[in-house]
Amino acid sequence: MNPAIEVRNLSKEFTLHTQGGTVLPVFRNLDLTVSPGECVVLGGPSGVGKSTLIRCMYANYRPTGGTIAVRHDGRPADIVSAPPRQVIDVRRRTLGYVSQFLRTIPRVPALDIVAEPLRAVGVEAAEARARAAELLRRLRIPERLFGLPPATFSGGEQQRVNIARGFAHPYPILLLDEPTASLDAANRETVVGLVREALDRGAAIVAILHDQDARDAVATRLFDLSPYSAM
Amino acid sequence: MSVDTQADAPLLEVQGLSKRFGAIQACRNISFDLWPGEVIGIVGESGSGKTTLLNCISARLAPDSGRVLYRTRHEGPADLNGMSEPARRMLMRTDWGFVHQDPREGLRMRVSAGANVGERLMALGARHYGNIRAEALDWLGMVEIDQTRVDDMPRTFSGGMLQRLQIARNLVTRPRLVFMDEPTGGLDVSVQARLLDLIRGLVADLGLSAVVVTHDLAVARMLSHRLMVMWRGSVVETGLTDQVLDDPHHPYTQLLVSSVLQP
Repeated sequence: MNPAIEVRNLSKEFTLHTQGGTVLPVFRNLDLTVSPGECVVLGGPSGVGKSTLIRCMYANYRPTGGTIAVRHDGRPADIVSAPPRQVIDVRRRTLGYVSQFLRTIPRVPALDIVAEPLRAVGVEAAEARARAAELLRRLRIPERLFGLPPATFSGGEQQRVNIARGFAHPYPILLLDEPTASLDAANRETVVGLVREALDRGAAIVAILHDQDARDAVATRLFDLSPYSAM
Repeated sequence: MSVDTQADAPLLEVQGLSKRFGAIQACRNISFDLWPGEVIGIVGESGSGKTTLLNCISARLAPDSGRVLYRTRHEGPADLNGMSEPARRMLMRTDWGFVHQDPREGLRMRVSAGANVGERLMALGARHYGNIRAEALDWLGMVEIDQTRVDDMPRTFSGGMLQRLQIARNLVTRPRLVFMDEPTGGLDVSVQARLLDLIRGLVADLGLSAVVVTHDLAVARMLSHRLMVMWRGSVVETGLTDQVLDDPHHPYTQLLVSSVLQP
């Protein structure tokens, strides 16, 4: 089967010009291949660069070297060197990302935040909202909050809105950065269910999951970043 | 926000643009493309050349060198400098919008709100008073101005309302490209949020392309797909907005990002 993601020779370091040009190397010459239907959970001690790797895969961070081929429209696209418009297109249709924190937008209600990725791929407003509502209900967001902007929600509620948003569109590839942090047991179980459903439809998933139970429930493989550490 | 990722050509092409004021190099050899549906933010501190760049690419100021090509609706790419004055004026009145930081610069303060919105329609040849008024009322509604204010003079409006009126005046002709110079500058924070959300919605719904100059990184993050960071007349860093703000590479961008106060 064609890989969904192929990371080759990836290196990332940060140069802090405001700190006298201090260079912080993170990882070096990292290789990782993820196939459809796989859930690769990233491992290694805190600071080894798990979030940095996920952010590089989303093209949010720009690597120092290497390539990240993402299967988009049946062809590999190097997200590191792709022009911005192509990255936007890959993110819209292929690459989903659940970050650690929800970025709220003033005045935009929770329901619309969740429906937005569906609207972006052309789903009708009513259908997108219905799917969004279904996800929010599954994640136990009270119905009365659907119409409110999440800026005032609790941390756990915001994270669940974020998860619903990430799972609204059936992306072929999902990047999950600690989706179960700050969730109670019942909601953790729901997220495990969502991940399993995504795997069943053939999604390729890369996740950071510190919760042992959640990890055991979904991981098909662990990938330890320690050997690539450049510290 | 919706970039048309299937479009086959850029709407605006800026090639090697430079502009000097005496000893000061305001813009140095700047090139970029703007694609249909795309919003580019230009950030940088005062004096970095971002407003000069905006004025040069919107035909309000002639560059010393370089070219600005605009893909017109019917005749393909046209060099702004080679264009006749009437053609350029027509473009500015219909296909383009320009939102000034100070709405008083973009509005006519001595005619009513409704007339401000209707004026650009009349420039396009609309003559039927009832239609023009109906369209003006529609647009007041879209920018969240109470429609009963249609006959009021702009000077009776608050700053936020004036800015929304200026936006309605610009968008009524359904432009394809809108230039914005610090559109939320000088407004209270609460008023800013409402305006930003409104601009975001209109840009997405109308499929507009836009170039937004701002020194406010939060505004840039919310409105633009891509960023250009200007410093001393040069573009020192470009990329997707989240790349530039979350993983800034150039020393000046890092300083800019690290200087933002977190509330």
